[in-house]
Amino acid sequence: MFSYYLELALRSLRRSPGLTALMVLAIGFGVAASMTTWSVFRAVSGDPIPWKSSQLFVPQIDNWGPNGRSDDGEPPNAMSYADAMALMRDHRAKRQSAMYQVSPSVVPAEAGKHPLNVSGHAVYGEFFPMLDVPFKYGSGWSESDDTNRATVVVISAKLNQKLFGGASSVGKTVNIEGKDYRVVGVLDDWNPQPRFYDVVNTGGFSTTGDDVFLPFLTAIQTSMPNDGNTNCNAVPEESGFVGLQHSECVWIAYMAELDGAAAATSYRNYLNDYSREQQQAGRFRWAPNSRLRDLPAWLDNQHVVPSDTKVSLLVALGLLLVCLVNTVGLLLAKFLRRSGEIGVRRALGAQRAAIYAQFLTEAGIVGLAGGVLGLLLTGAGVASVGWVLPRDIAALARVDVSLLLLTLLVAVVATMLAGLYPTFRASRVQPAWQLKSN
Amino acid sequence: MQIKPILTAMRHHKAGTVLIALQIALTLAIVCNALFIIQQRTARMSRPSGVDEANLFVIRSDWTDKSDAQRIDAQMQADLIALRQLGSVQDAAPTNSFPLRGSGWDNFIKLQPDQVKMTTDAAMFFSDDHTLATLGTHLIAGRNFTASEIGAQRPRDAMHAAQVIISKDLARRLYPDGSVLGKTIYVSMGRGPATVIGITDTLQAHMISSWANAYAYNAVLVPARLLNDYTYYLVRARPGQLDAAMRDAPKALYAQSRMRIIDRKDGVMSFAQVRQRAYERDLGMAILMGIISVVLLAITAAGIVGLTSFWVGQRRKQIGVRRALGATRGDILHYFLTENLLIGFGGVLVGAVLAIGINLWMVTQFEMARLSLVYVVSGVVVLLLLGQGAVLGPALRASRVSPVEATRSV
Repeated sequence: MFSYYLELALRSLRRSPGLTALMVLAIGFGVAASMTTWSVFRAVSGDPIPWKSSQLFVPQIDNWGPNGRSDDGEPPNAMSYADAMALMRDHRAKRQSAMYQVSPSVVPAEAGKHPLNVSGHAVYGEFFPMLDVPFKYGSGWSESDDTNRATVVVISAKLNQKLFGGASSVGKTVNIEGKDYRVVGVLDDWNPQPRFYDVVNTGGFSTTGDDVFLPFLTAIQTSMPNDGNTNCNAVPEESGFVGLQHSECVWIAYMAELDGAAAATSYRNYLNDYSREQQQAGRFRWAPNSRLRDLPAWLDNQHVVPSDTKVSLLVALGLLLVCLVNTVGLLLAKFLRRSGEIGVRRALGAQRAAIYAQFLTEAGIVGLAGGVLGLLLTGAGVASVGWVLPRDIAALARVDVSLLLLTLLVAVVATMLAGLYPTFRASRVQPAWQLKSN
Repeated sequence: MQIKPILTAMRHHKAGTVLIALQIALTLAIVCNALFIIQQRTARMSRPSGVDEANLFVIRSDWTDKSDAQRIDAQMQADLIALRQLGSVQDAAPTNSFPLRGSGWDNFIKLQPDQVKMTTDAAMFFSDDHTLATLGTHLIAGRNFTASEIGAQRPRDAMHAAQVIISKDLARRLYPDGSVLGKTIYVSMGRGPATVIGITDTLQAHMISSWANAYAYNAVLVPARLLNDYTYYLVRARPGQLDAAMRDAPKALYAQSRMRIIDRKDGVMSFAQVRQRAYERDLGMAILMGIISVVLLAITAAGIVGLTSFWVGQRRKQIGVRRALGATRGDILHYFLTENLLIGFGGVLVGAVLAIGINLWMVTQFEMARLSLVYVVSGVVVLLLLGQGAVLGPALRASRVSPVEATRSV
């Protein structure tokens, strides 16, 4: 029976090519616009570490007090050196790391080669297991490397390719800011987007990945200055990088790994206790106002997904909706024009269900054709999205199998939904009346 | 033309009428908001920067050895002499940042040292006595820095600017009566008073995020060379020699010293590139909204053509009867145009409410501005005209139905 309906549908569609083309175009454009903007939205709003994001937490400590708070009472979104060090010292989470962004220059060993500027982060050794960072060669460094301020470094696969031609460089040295560091690990391809471990300094998205990771205390000891944001509510008492460390300026990102709700609650209590201690010691002159958000809540709080992306997606979905309303109208016109045919079929004993099957098949075919056109347009859309969006965001949008399947599925399902009402109307055609008027 | 019979006839094809009206309503709601977004973005993009954009470019030079501040300072002064001596260069100045850069330093500005909340926020541009000439920005009051007033400092040093030059928008914000010249302000969170010695014409800040809209034209020129890990050189080419200057300048810097990194990709940027980079998001949004609006209008028009054609086909016999009873071609044409106008009115009425509703919702969600009613009104006009245009073809066809049709069966 299905093949018969298929044949009927194709014949009917051929009979009014203009109307058919119009519907296919509308569905194609509507689906392509939604899927293109969806691919961007999916890329920027995705969970960068889905298997673990609910265990990763970002603590905030209010070291500025009421005058430094934003209107909603939020404490600063980064940490001062004093607070970051205190939290690292207390070590209350399963794993944790303070981190700050650096942009040192790396001098290649070969003479005549230009020095290059790289970006990176100064972190603690627990950073790597905490974030399940993949290694190609070697590994991260140990806790004793942290405390001993070892001159070790983890480099990216890209930098390893540039400096060592891609071979394992574990044990070799790299000259960073005039100082030799021993390579202990080379990352596998790892460039998570958004840069979730330090959104306060990276703003979320960046086409260039981190090329070096150094021990935090080593970087502090060698006075490697921070790159990225430094926010102060008062001028530091002393000048220089050391002055920054002694100030209440915030510039350090912090992340902690906590298993389960109980651990989070006790860590929350710990943050409040710490703030209360600071209050008692006279450093804070206000009640504790700390925060602890898990990673998804933190990314949301920091507005990591650009609002333009959301607006585009909504407007494109609006376009799809109009296309569907349009299709409902055109299908209605198409189906009702065949009242006579329906009447004859009904009079000859066709059930309403048969009429449903026939016309939904026709709607499905229109949807499928629209979907195929939509596929082509989505491909073109994603390819040219760099033309309308900033490179760092556009680079994330990808066509993959799931996007292709989703495009087809949305096209077919949406068109069949649009076909429901016209089909319902078609199935209500009174056989007797139609025959009479003929 | 009588409206009542049209309304009666419409009752016979309620579904189609509602669908067209719904489509018009949704299209109006979306297109109004899309056009409004386009207008907002293009208005942002065409804001003036206050500098001589056609002849200006910037070079970023990263020092390979950042340890010795004094050597960096000496190198910067040598660099500047070399740049200013180039034939294609009119003037050059060192800075930490520049208009439209996107990131940089901004500082709270206060009028009293013990003020708790800021008076306003402003961009800090480290400058020397050549900066104004390099930017091509004029002083409208007061005087320029003298060479002896230019200090040098590292980024984390406390800033002690005894004199500053401020932009006219900042001046107006601080002293609306215009008496800011010679007054002291606090540009460094309450530390050290700075005397305002000059006021520039319009000068845009580096901040371009929407949070900084209120401060977009607040700039403070601080008389110092910033001894950072990198420096920007602003270079103004002689008229018409931008390309030559952009080629000469990096060569001249490398000839001074090779212990620097000038990025191949974006180490040297013309101001046109700076502007493009600053507003690429806005341009992208405007283009995307433009494409969607055009597609929407086209689809809505096509939908009206499709459905009306169907109605005309359905009603050939009735039209024939009316023609046989003496209706002129013009009557038939008017009938369909009026019918469409009535549906259109229904649609735009709902659509206008929807457009404003969507906008109000977006205002709360996405820091968007309030939709101006001009957009709703012009959207209404556009959609009614679009509807009339779309229905014209089918209506003309209807008007050509001959009275003979009345005698035919279907």
